[in-house]
Amino acid sequence: MNDKLKIGKYEFKSRLFVGTGKYSTFQVMKQALEASGTDCVTVAVRRVNLTDKSKESLLDYIDPKLYKILPNTAGCYTVDEAVRTARLAREVGLSEMIKLEVIGDEKTLYPDLSGLIEATKLLVKEGFTVLPYTSDDLVTALRLEDAGASCVMPLGAPIGSGLGIINTMNIQIIINRLKVPVIVDAGVGTASDVAVAMELGADGVLLNTGIALAKDPINMARAMKLAMESGRLAYLSGRIPKKYFVAEPSSPTEGKIK
Amino acid sequence: MQIFVNGKAKEISEGIIVKTFIDTLRLNSKAIAVELNLKVVPKKEYDTKRLKEGDKIEIISFVGGG
Repeated sequence: MNDKLKIGKYEFKSRLFVGTGKYSTFQVMKQALEASGTDCVTVAVRRVNLTDKSKESLLDYIDPKLYKILPNTAGCYTVDEAVRTARLAREVGLSEMIKLEVIGDEKTLYPDLSGLIEATKLLVKEGFTVLPYTSDDLVTALRLEDAGASCVMPLGAPIGSGLGIINTMNIQIIINRLKVPVIVDAGVGTASDVAVAMELGADGVLLNTGIALAKDPINMARAMKLAMESGRLAYLSGRIPKKYFVAEPSSPTEGKIK
Repeated sequence: MQIFVNGKAKEISEGIIVKTFIDTLRLNSKAIAVELNLKVVPKKEYDTKRLKEGDKIEIISFVGGG
């Protein structure tokens, strides 16, 4: 069945996007990415280390034939910083997509929603395919869609927290109302969190820490892949409704011995 | 002349072009991007853009991130 994910003009075979941060080694990262089945990886944009060039480079371990690269504006607290970072990321020449982060709080890394909307408008105008990391607020999601974002990426829980989806109702409301794809981004702790997101109707999930800091990242990546497949299939298969306070027997009520 | 690269002062030759500067740093131009005085330098201008006294340069590449 053709169940590819489309974001803007880009098509993805996998609905799982995986980050490249926090792995113990590049080799572990490479194997985990492969095990996850993803075809889209996020990267951060940082100053080149000009004094120590003996270090290996991330791009040596990411085959651009296998993975689409999604640069982020992590660590940007202002519209200006985020826009500058996005422009630099694009000029590297490997991607016109940008995972837009405008952070509002250093402790929780919660997004600055008004800054995010403003930066989205600016970058859309400059031809970027913008994937904004946002909160689970419906109105902001709608404003981002109006501003031309190619999808919205509401957080399930704070980055790296492993808490899963704290507010499933808000995520469902966003999924219900938006026309662009909804990718749950941040907070995934284990495989069932991915399955839950997909069962709610999310179009995809983005995660990093849940794999990178697992005791066995490669097998965890495998688990995430399976959870993605299972959650998506469950969603497409049309679950039974939830019935509160009453039961409905699975065995026939007629023909019982007396 | 003195310029600033990634926040640090550096002495370089007068009138050096961006391409040469990147080469002296032994960087792969395919894996980086350059910002000069808060404006991105398009890669096609690396051969022609000349650096001057007091220029502030940011050279970035991709690193691991979520």
